[in-house]
Amino acid sequence: MSDVLTVLPELILAVGAMGLLMIGVFSGDKSYGLLKWLASGLFAVAFLVMIGSGAEQKLAFGGMFVTDAFALFMKSVVLTGAVFALGLSGQFMRERGIARFEYPVLVVLAVLGMMMMVSANDMLALYIGLELQSLALYVLAAFNRDKLRSTEAGLKYFVLGALSSGMMLYGISLIYGFTGSTSFAEIAAYGIGSGTNGLGLLFGLVFLISGFAFKVSAVPFHMWAPDVYEGAPTPITVFFGTAPKVAAMALFVRALIVSFPDLTQQWQQVVVFLSVASMILGAFAGLMQTNIKRLMAYSSIAHMGFALAGLATGTVDGVQGVLVYMAIYMLMTAGTFAVILGMRRKDGLTEDISDLAGLAKTRPALAAIMATLMFSLAGIPLLAGFFAKLYVFMAVVEAGMYWLAVVGFVTSTVAAVYYLRIVKLMYFDEPNENIEPLKDRGIAYVGFVTAALNSPLHLLLIWPLTLAAGLAAQSLF
Amino acid sequence: MEIGLGHYLIVSALLFTMGIFGIFLNRKNVIIILMSIELMLLAVNINFVAFSSFLNDLAGQVFAMFVLTVAAAEAAIGLAILVVYFRNRGNIEVEQINQMQG
Repeated sequence: MSDVLTVLPELILAVGAMGLLMIGVFSGDKSYGLLKWLASGLFAVAFLVMIGSGAEQKLAFGGMFVTDAFALFMKSVVLTGAVFALGLSGQFMRERGIARFEYPVLVVLAVLGMMMMVSANDMLALYIGLELQSLALYVLAAFNRDKLRSTEAGLKYFVLGALSSGMMLYGISLIYGFTGSTSFAEIAAYGIGSGTNGLGLLFGLVFLISGFAFKVSAVPFHMWAPDVYEGAPTPITVFFGTAPKVAAMALFVRALIVSFPDLTQQWQQVVVFLSVASMILGAFAGLMQTNIKRLMAYSSIAHMGFALAGLATGTVDGVQGVLVYMAIYMLMTAGTFAVILGMRRKDGLTEDISDLAGLAKTRPALAAIMATLMFSLAGIPLLAGFFAKLYVFMAVVEAGMYWLAVVGFVTSTVAAVYYLRIVKLMYFDEPNENIEPLKDRGIAYVGFVTAALNSPLHLLLIWPLTLAAGLAAQSLF
Repeated sequence: MEIGLGHYLIVSALLFTMGIFGIFLNRKNVIIILMSIELMLLAVNINFVAFSSFLNDLAGQVFAMFVLTVAAAEAAIGLAILVVYFRNRGNIEVEQINQMQG
């Protein structure tokens, strides 16, 4: 019984998804609006139940599933991201004729998988959660099934996703074979091993990390991100950019910190490489983009690099930095995509960065929201994005990894170029196209809320956030 | 000759490598990619079952069952995506999956 109580939020989502599916099947696509609300309602109920059950560590199902402060923090971020993505998908999906009832159901199932990932305390639970999330996401990427780009995005994501799952699974099989267990706690208790066993364990660890790196789109496993971001319908790109990244990062952090504490030296090298490569590629490749969704993909690769720098330290402060980073990253991404969904000309949505020219003259409110978010993404002081980077790099410097901090500083300066170019376009260039007024209230709300949370107003909230992140990070060590 | 754990691991490593090469070297047909993915997952299953028998521990066999189930679901979704892609594109040649680049 206590097992069931521990997984109650996940159970609510699982049963709720079935309920939504029933409503959808019996009343067809006209129930799309209702289902979207019900799905958001499910997320809210799951969130309240989760908060109500508290943050102390609880194990369920023979230690396969764990809830603790870390899970609570990351699940809250995941649920918020999913609600934003649902909130942004009203008008767009209707206009494209893809307002189908499957969409909210798939989002609920994907979120269920993410919550499993965040709470996984065993390689089996990790794999099942990850696959539940991935299978729903493959379908979502190809959701606009009559458009070549969307189906191509789905196909690419599927092939590369299945490849990465396979590599991760191969790693898990080696780890199981050489430590004799799939449970995180027992793998940790095994230690580093010696001789062939130690070597096999290391081999497995590297395969496992490459699977995770794919899921967070860290270089050199980032190839899918720009294509999937560009090809998938924009509200679904919002979802890709927020919740799954957060959940995958949570998985990355928990798996490495909890199950391989004695191998920190070894995985640190791999994570540092991933982090440096992501920061550099994200910053430089973003400079050449003309499509704003592709630009956001490279921006997200760079941001994952910064977050991984925090993980690379392997300290409590570093993990706290990662948590703060992911929460703020989720807000920045959701807000920026709200503005992208608001970039509408007479002939429909546009994704060209050049169409933002002179936005400040034609749509000052939208331009102000976009400018705030761009400054925050670039990490300009006083905005939320600055504190995200500050916490990570403070931890990096404290761990004595000075050159990693230097790389981070240089690449964030390079990346600022493409964010500030957008601000310059909006405020100093002559308008060439008129962006239509916003009609969708969801976009306006999400844009406004995220911009407000990223503006200097966040100074009121950053202390509770870091405090919560600190407690969450502590619960892993 | 006694067949030990090492032999199983070598077979599964070979199969796994063939799977990976099948994905990257094949330039013709997406179906072959799906087959390669299946090959990778089955190689992993050999690993799990061999370790499970070697360690006298059932967890590995349970894991293999889950992998089989998920592989079936994955193949179903992969084929479904491939069908909608084919309807839009008219072929499934790997070299022509290039609408988006950069």
